[in-house]
Amino acid sequence: MSVKIYVPCDAAAVSVGADAVARAIAEQIASRRLGISVVRNGSRGMFWLEPLVEVETPQGRVAYGPVSVDAVSGLFDARFLEGKAHALRLGPTEEIPFLKRQERLTFARCGVTDPLSLSDYVSHGGYRGLEKALKLTQQTIVEEVTTSGLRGRGGAGFPTGIKWRTVLNAPADQKYIVCNGDEGDSGTYADRMIMEGDPFVLIEGMTIAGIAVGATSGYIYIRSEYPHAFRTLERAITIANDKGYLGANVAGSGKRFDLVVRLGAGAYICGEETSLLESLEGKRGQIRFKPPLPAISGLFGKPTVVNNVISLATVPIILDKGGEYYKNFGMGKSRGTLTIQLAGNIKRGGLVEKAFGLTLREAIYDFGGGTASGRPLRAVQVGGPLGAYFPESLLDTPLDYEAFAERKGMLGHGGIVVFDDTVDLARQARFAMEFCAVESCGKCTPCRVGSTRGVEVIDRIIANQDRMQNLELLDDLCEVLTDGSLCALGGLIPFPVQSAIRHFPEDFHKPAPPPPTNGSSKAQESQSWR
Amino acid sequence: MSKEQAWDADRALSRIRELEHLPGALLPILHALQDEFGYLDKAAVPLIAEVLNLSHAEVHGVISFYHDFRRSPPGKHLLKMCRAEACQSMGCESMIRHVEDRLGVHLGETTEDGAFTVDAVYCLGNCALSPAVMLDGKLYGRVSREVADFLIDSAQRHA
Repeated sequence: MSVKIYVPCDAAAVSVGADAVARAIAEQIASRRLGISVVRNGSRGMFWLEPLVEVETPQGRVAYGPVSVDAVSGLFDARFLEGKAHALRLGPTEEIPFLKRQERLTFARCGVTDPLSLSDYVSHGGYRGLEKALKLTQQTIVEEVTTSGLRGRGGAGFPTGIKWRTVLNAPADQKYIVCNGDEGDSGTYADRMIMEGDPFVLIEGMTIAGIAVGATSGYIYIRSEYPHAFRTLERAITIANDKGYLGANVAGSGKRFDLVVRLGAGAYICGEETSLLESLEGKRGQIRFKPPLPAISGLFGKPTVVNNVISLATVPIILDKGGEYYKNFGMGKSRGTLTIQLAGNIKRGGLVEKAFGLTLREAIYDFGGGTASGRPLRAVQVGGPLGAYFPESLLDTPLDYEAFAERKGMLGHGGIVVFDDTVDLARQARFAMEFCAVESCGKCTPCRVGSTRGVEVIDRIIANQDRMQNLELLDDLCEVLTDGSLCALGGLIPFPVQSAIRHFPEDFHKPAPPPPTNGSSKAQESQSWR
Repeated sequence: MSKEQAWDADRALSRIRELEHLPGALLPILHALQDEFGYLDKAAVPLIAEVLNLSHAEVHGVISFYHDFRRSPPGKHLLKMCRAEACQSMGCESMIRHVEDRLGVHLGETTEDGAFTVDAVYCLGNCALSPAVMLDGKLYGRVSREVADFLIDSAQRHA
């Protein structure tokens, strides 16, 4: 067996030096005249250990990390190629507790394989789902997905199988599969990791979706903040086309499926499915009225499946192992696994794929190890910028769609942002409104105008101007936003605002801060931003 | 580092023509032109409108909707700094203020010498390694004030 060294090419790993480490390793290999190849794999999702270098030994893969350029020569000297001891040695990768306690179904290959090696993909179970799907009728494929209980992982949690059935039953000359890769929520990066670390699983999932509903064309819409993911998917699609897994004759089945990647242009709202469709059509990303649902009239007015990256990337394993297998993970109406993303002020930030039902506390402490700063945890925001802020006392909430909804929260895409006791929740509430003002598409008045009014009202509350009246006014405003907005941006922005007031009232009753000295208020900054 | 060409209507038109056949071609065209010239010159609007059979207002409306599209040339280096929640929890606001003070600009502005354009972004998907910034298309994590200074210094050396 030839020795291989793995250095992740994932953007997050690269952001802390993985490219430089890979170069340093290549230089050592050359100068020491070793016949070793360096594989650029995806990330295992243990970001506090990045750059995480793995060596393939007869006993399996052994991990070292976080590896700096300066440490590389010493690793060779310490015979890390044989898995020998070194201060950075973490032991067999699969035995690292953070990884060992996970249930990786969607992320089974991420970090294990070379993302752009189709032979790696196939030898690690890839394209088995498609192979099975090609032997089934369209109805049976949809049935399998329905049985699995898979719900949209983008945040809304709508049953995927039902969406597919609607598109399957909609008569049309052309249908589309659209993948929503506009992962704009802060605290989330699972989509990015899959697109960069295992792009073929997304391609396979979309191909199965196309065959299931009778769509011959697919689009992946990726946000422009993800240039690495965009480049990886473009290359993966070219490879899949060359090898006959995409195009006029998918895997020799005689069925067509074409796939295209499109780049967004920096608009949070384009993560909303109808805005995304407008953007794909070359228009302003303003949301559409619903109905009609995209499943009936979507891209270019045709029946369209719009699914999140993780939803689509989970389809291959459901088809491979069966809906029943997948359904056996999870709790209540949340079936299968959730890709939890530990983010923000957290000691061990990273991706945890685990059956629904783990509590927030287990995720943050057992996996995440508490705050990065070492200070007490004060608040967590789950589900992105539209998710509620929870206090310590709600940490025993299980990660389950319904359990979060019961506590006026939102599980969303599974991103967990941890804050220590330096956080000021009045500032966070203000930021929520400010973010909504910056990113509102402008179509409906509650969101377009209400968000700016929200910033002003919270400013007055912070400044202790008619505080009680303004808190009441803010409550009214939130009600208008909740009931009157057309989509989730305006409709859910009251979640972070009202949860902050509910759980952290003391932050809204502090003495007014002294006026800013340099005259550059945050409001001016945000307005001057464009 | 920017390597864009000066605005050239003929080149622009040929890029537009290459892409006009795409369904929903406007965004790919705008991206292509911005990649080529670093910004979208106002002279591009009638060219695109003509080829795609859209009104000037429709093209302008799309350009102005998306935060990425710029209507004037950016600085030599483009620094995007994340100010979303995960980065806030790790102190991005004070790091951003430090960069603003050092470069003498606010978010959304370009330094007087044209060396840096500094923009806010909301999430770069590097939320386990916050604070995150992107400099000239390269992502960086755990960006303290010192790391930010180092990145700016390095960019200046390669100006």
